[in-house]
Amino acid sequence: MRRASNFFDRNAKWLFPLPAMLAIMVLIVGPVLANFAISMQSWFIGLPPSFVGLQNFGDALADRRFWNGVRNTFYFTLLAVPIQLVLGLGIAILFNREFPGKGFVRTIILLPMVATPVAIALIWALMFNPSLGVLNYFLESLGLPRSLWVASADLVIPSLVLVDVWQWTPMVALILLAALAGIPGEFYEAARIDGATGFQAFRFITLPSIRSAIIVALILRSIDALKTFDIIYVITAGGPGTASETLNVFAFKTGFEFFRAGYSASLLIFLMFLVLGIAIMLNLIRSGRR
Amino acid sequence: MSRPAATTGARGSERRPVRDPALRTKRLRQLGTYLLMAIVLIIMLFPFYWMILTSLRSQVANTSPVPVWFFEPTFENYRNVIRENDFLDYTWNSFVVAALSTGFGLVLGLPAAYSIARFKQNGLALAILIARLTPYITYLVPWYLAFRALGLVDTYLALTLTHLIVGMPLIIWIMISFFEEVPIELEEAAYVDGASKLGTFFRVVLPLSAPGTVAAAILAFIFSWNQFLFSLVLSGPNTRPVPVAVFNFISYGQIDFGGLGAAAVLITLPVVLLTLVIQRWIVTGLTMGAVKG
Repeated sequence: MRRASNFFDRNAKWLFPLPAMLAIMVLIVGPVLANFAISMQSWFIGLPPSFVGLQNFGDALADRRFWNGVRNTFYFTLLAVPIQLVLGLGIAILFNREFPGKGFVRTIILLPMVATPVAIALIWALMFNPSLGVLNYFLESLGLPRSLWVASADLVIPSLVLVDVWQWTPMVALILLAALAGIPGEFYEAARIDGATGFQAFRFITLPSIRSAIIVALILRSIDALKTFDIIYVITAGGPGTASETLNVFAFKTGFEFFRAGYSASLLIFLMFLVLGIAIMLNLIRSGRR
Repeated sequence: MSRPAATTGARGSERRPVRDPALRTKRLRQLGTYLLMAIVLIIMLFPFYWMILTSLRSQVANTSPVPVWFFEPTFENYRNVIRENDFLDYTWNSFVVAALSTGFGLVLGLPAAYSIARFKQNGLALAILIARLTPYITYLVPWYLAFRALGLVDTYLALTLTHLIVGMPLIIWIMISFFEEVPIELEEAAYVDGASKLGTFFRVVLPLSAPGTVAAAILAFIFSWNQFLFSLVLSGPNTRPVPVAVFNFISYGQIDFGGLGAAAVLITLPVVLLTLVIQRWIVTGLTMGAVKG
């Protein structure tokens, strides 16, 4: 027993993380490598695969539905993330003060991001309903025309962005709120004595102080927005037609509705490099700024 | 005698803003701020409020072209969902998978997180971050093919293993910051007393990090409970968890608004209750440690 424990102590450095490393190898690294092999097969699930080399990748690049997916993925992300950053900053500044019930309010802010995405998607789907949904009732009450929301090919992505903004702006706000709380009050005191206006204080004290937090929020949100699945699949399943079919949803349908495992794997490799590439790029921007 | 006078003075200065324009502007601005805060909170809460209203309304009231705001609440929808849709079975499936994947996540993740914190294994931390950044769907095609070949689709094992991909990195990431805060002197004292590294980990480090472990476990549980993508493909009639069951609910054509509302409330309720327990750690978990709670 003593000997065993000595052996463990000498090798603790790699024995402690060993089980998790094995799990990561089997659960994560293995499947990613397998994806490369699968992507080189023509493989209908249930039938034997046959090797086709890089043909699936060539097919993807020539597939209009692939490019539609790329376009929708970027459209969704580029619309959602900036709105979330601006609103999140506004909300963070608004709530960065002492007021009664602050702890309770913090809990409320957490709810949209922890609630089960499927439940959220269902409720928004009911609210979007063009004839019975409550959102059209609000529009009419304000004297505005009714909208088709997710039933319209033109409005479906902005409508889904609305859900994503509702769900994730609170996280941006909380990240920035934590950063705002870290700015020493004396900074503003000094600025006031020097006769700075409120806008100047914001521009020259607040923004520079929380810039790294803003970039963290930008990175986290961009990566997750590129991968959004639950909300889109439950509310529209990529429809109407393919108007809201992101790369993620297209790859899912290819694999699990059309059962083309090889083609799906090649799409997923594109998606993986897209997400990781953007993550690395944003991280470089972040360290460059420092 | 001087105290009542002081009180009167304070009250007097409180009343003065009506005449003092500067103070009056300040009051108005404060009122505006609170109003704006209230609007933000109402927008955040509205979908939940609507979810609850929908769940308590009859189908007739739910399909009225003008929303019915006041009505006699009915629990009919809840009764239907629970009785006619095997909701309790799905809840049990969700619970089993969440509990198993959280348990395995702790067993594998706690020593790894300790090791990363104590031996500064940043490469390993980076590997876990990359695993978190990679789209989950990337793992799904190989997983499905493998489980299908092994006859493991629609088993708790398949769901637990895939949910582990979600939970374990979360646990590791949260626990790194907890373990970093354990004073190294305590561990060294234990070594001097002849304790082994493993013994020190179990008897000194873990007890000190108990609150963090609970937070990490609850967060992993919530994420497994909420997981949709893996369960959608890998579950079946024997293991279907609640989110997939509720999703199938809408695929069957006719929309039962009240039933959907009731199901949505029932899935969300446990998550909300757990959130109240660990709210401090949610943002840390969601941001992979970018924000400390």
